[in-house]
Amino acid sequence: MARPLIHIPSDIRRGDIIEIKTLISHVMETGYRIGVTGLPIPRDIIEDFVCQYNGEEVFRARLAPAIAANPYISFFTVATESGTLEFSWTDQHGKTQVQITAITVT
Amino acid sequence: MRQHDPEKREPVFGKDRAQSKKAVGARLACTALLLLAAALGAAIAADERRSGSDFMSAGTRAMQDDDTQNPGMLAVIDGETLWNEKAGGSGKSCADCHGDARVSMKGVAARYPAFIAAAGRPLDLEQRINMSRLDDQKAAAFAFESANLLALTAYIALQSRGMPIAVAENAQSEPYIEAGRVLFEQRQGQLALSCAQCHDDNWGRHLASSIVPQAHPTAYPIYRLEWQQMGSLGRRLRGCMSAIRAEPYDYGAPELVDLEFYLMWRARGMTMEAPGVRP
Amino acid sequence: MAGMKDKLRRSRREVIRTAAMLAGAAGLARVIVRPAAATPEMLQEAIRAAVGEAPVNKGRVKLDLPPLVENGNSVPMTVAVESPMTKADHVKAIHVFNEKNPQPYVISVWLGPRAGRAAVSTRIRLADSQTVTAIAELSDGSFWSDSVDVIVTLAACIEETTH
Repeated sequence: MARPLIHIPSDIRRGDIIEIKTLISHVMETGYRIGVTGLPIPRDIIEDFVCQYNGEEVFRARLAPAIAANPYISFFTVATESGTLEFSWTDQHGKTQVQITAITVT
Repeated sequence: MRQHDPEKREPVFGKDRAQSKKAVGARLACTALLLLAAALGAAIAADERRSGSDFMSAGTRAMQDDDTQNPGMLAVIDGETLWNEKAGGSGKSCADCHGDARVSMKGVAARYPAFIAAAGRPLDLEQRINMSRLDDQKAAAFAFESANLLALTAYIALQSRGMPIAVAENAQSEPYIEAGRVLFEQRQGQLALSCAQCHDDNWGRHLASSIVPQAHPTAYPIYRLEWQQMGSLGRRLRGCMSAIRAEPYDYGAPELVDLEFYLMWRARGMTMEAPGVRP
Repeated sequence: MAGMKDKLRRSRREVIRTAAMLAGAAGLARVIVRPAAATPEMLQEAIRAAVGEAPVNKGRVKLDLPPLVENGNSVPMTVAVESPMTKADHVKAIHVFNEKNPQPYVISVWLGPRAGRAAVSTRIRLADSQTVTAIAELSDGSFWSDSVDVIVTLAACIEETTH
């Protein structure tokens, strides 16, 4: 998995409901496409996506092959305090990619 | 739409280029003739030209316009990393010679393909990058359509976003643009279709469920939904040729670059959108 | 839900494997193998796995999908649920299902009062014109849903993978 792209707003006030946008490079191979050999290309997908805010889980998603390649997921969270947002994407083989982003709340 | 018959078209340039120093007058004549040919043919009027993004759905348009949603920006991030990575026998990165790409590469992609003296003919941006890789960095060239080459191309092309396409129009470039125009207008493949028949004469109409765009390369390299990945203009042209059951030109083939050159000339003045999203 | 998915995955794989073997046996002939589409029964089973025997009410959920899709490989989707998102009254989970892809799941998300707003956006794949259904589970144990019919047309001039 390549480096993900995370977007959180700037100038966040305590109590704001903010939208977090995430984008990661991943082929999300469904397992249904037939390759040039005539055989299906094996499934290779991200299955789990979790966001933790200062260690507490605030969002979790379970992805099926029906999620498009290079998954874009956006969701909301309440800005409670400054700290870190930890995003993790785990594929079907159990491999996890983690991205940590600072969040500043005034 | 006017009907188009490429068989009736007269070549604007003869096979032999003028070698003499009367080139100044010849250059003006060249430009005039190219423009005249465009005007006489079924070419789209300058103010009627529209980018492929105008034919896309709102959702796809939104995907391109939002840098936080555009998968092309993932390629740009990787390209920026490559730009700063030391490579090859030289131990140099692109940045070591070219500095900040936002400055040194500003407007560059909008001027490609370009005649490169060392090559003795025009090269497209991908070929030019590889030339630097080989000659200046003493590193291996990137394979066409490799993730690395697409990433670097996307990063460089981003530095032209918002700028008008401005490939060179002079005595040096014109024979190649003309060669590209001939390719654009010739019937080819089992379906005996020319690019012009769809993209000059029938743009805006439907081919099966897709709207036929005008084929201006305003957004390359693109993230194409059909491919589910990034791809170059060369890939798109090869795909179209396969679709009309013609033998596609090889990546880097002179015909492919001449055709790209013509397409960029045909789109001169239109705004660069790279990295784009297309259906 | 995991057991259901595995069962579905295995039966799909069996179909594809058999078809691929036949395709190989056909030698030089090019055989286009289409993966079997999900059946309405598979969809109902998937929904039952998420919802149990509880009734699913129409309303409160807004599923946003373009009615006419440009390319089924990437369809923008937003699901939003009306909810104060307080500790006492919030959306616990949202499950999205499809009708005609090879398998019925799209995405499941788990929220909570810290979300502030029950809304998720992503991009999905749709293999055919079909109905997409979103079901929200609320903190009081109730289930609410919305469905959208989507028309998916195949892109013209589909390229071969060999160039």
